[in-house]
Amino acid sequence: MTVAPRLRLDPLLSALENATELAQIQGIIEDLRTLFGVDHMVYHWVSAAGDQYGCGTYSLDWKHRYLDKEYLRVDPVIQGCFQHFHPVDWKRLDWSGKAVRAFRQEAIEYGVGNQGYSVPVRGPNGQFALLTVSHTCDDDTWSDFTAKNRRDLILLAHYFNKKALDFEPDRSPEPSQPLSPREVDAITFLAMGYSRAQVAEALSISEHTLRVYIESARFKLGAMNTVHAVAKALSRGLIVV
Amino acid sequence: MLRYIYGNDLIHYPKLRDSMFRDRADQFKTRLNWAVTVDSDGQERDEYDDLNPLYVIWETPAGAHGGSMRLLPTTGPTMVNDHFSHLTGGGAITSPLIWECTRFCLARDAGQNVAGALMLAGGEIMHNFGIEHYVGVFDARMERIYRFIGSSPDIIGQQGEGRNRISVGLWEFTGDARAKVARRAGLSLAISELWFNRAFGHMQGDLVKSA
Repeated sequence: MTVAPRLRLDPLLSALENATELAQIQGIIEDLRTLFGVDHMVYHWVSAAGDQYGCGTYSLDWKHRYLDKEYLRVDPVIQGCFQHFHPVDWKRLDWSGKAVRAFRQEAIEYGVGNQGYSVPVRGPNGQFALLTVSHTCDDDTWSDFTAKNRRDLILLAHYFNKKALDFEPDRSPEPSQPLSPREVDAITFLAMGYSRAQVAEALSISEHTLRVYIESARFKLGAMNTVHAVAKALSRGLIVV
Repeated sequence: MLRYIYGNDLIHYPKLRDSMFRDRADQFKTRLNWAVTVDSDGQERDEYDDLNPLYVIWETPAGAHGGSMRLLPTTGPTMVNDHFSHLTGGGAITSPLIWECTRFCLARDAGQNVAGALMLAGGEIMHNFGIEHYVGVFDARMERIYRFIGSSPDIIGQQGEGRNRISVGLWEFTGDARAKVARRAGLSLAISELWFNRAFGHMQGDLVKSA
């Protein structure tokens, strides 16, 4: 497994943001899977009524099997993530029950992998979804992978969900959250080439506070990193330098 | 011991739950006289308790609430963004990597280590879940307590004076800080990790072998 190189992640994120149909999302998640170097990446929306929708790289056989057998009721990943908001390494879940053990054995036979990491997302009005990566490897390899990539995976989960919400019928896209005046200031100074220490000094805030404003601006702009965020803010005309 | 409990699981801890909401009434209504709502059972709750937050609770040896805080991701409704954005530079702070910490509460008879233990729990969450910052709302007394336990936030905005002052602040933790906070709370990182794993599940070895 390799850490996703930033330079290639950004165009995929832009493609996600600009996608207008589901088929494009499927292509993007396949590319992301390759980029992260894992066996699978899956976005999975579950409604309170148990309806499901998603995209990802699990085999069609496994998808059908999962639906036919109503594994939603058994899957500890769903049970462990539903209504929560912390990311979950599958090793923390309870796989001890008989039905769960059988489910797990089958998932492995269908190529899901022996490792997994899922990021739950709470959308508006009780909406719930997960972004999952799964893989076959030993524990140390997996913990290295999640430690290096969890930040990107958490952000990606939310960007996928935002797009999925846009695709809901009869739903106008969520308005992008405006940058706050402080965030505009921070991104503007960064765009002008100031270092973080210089920006913090210019705004009379600590570097820690500056990091929070940058983090928040990054998320609102749908970016994975600061360079990407600055580029987006410039191209959307949100900052002037 | 430290407990980490989502709102929908509080039903399994009735004594802890009721004593927490009563202690919150005692702190925020009786002692601080904030404009909070206390029900006929003497318990304080607000609309954010309905959003299934994650509570971190210090449980006393008698099984009651000794102190607590309430966490929510800033991607959903938060107290800071809904009510205090004038203190944060006029806009929402929003990221799945930034969680809000509110209703930081200590029982009247709380031991000296409780505030530090709650801080340590905050560090565990950051360390294990990849959360990078907390934004919090707190009263003047908490400012002193945070300073005392060596976890002073960056204060980004304040309103009111003296004991009525309300602040919005930011925390972040480094690995070093986690060990320091543990030491000050009189707890070992091993114990803290055990409590965390009891709530969120132990990292079991290779799942294939156990399957």
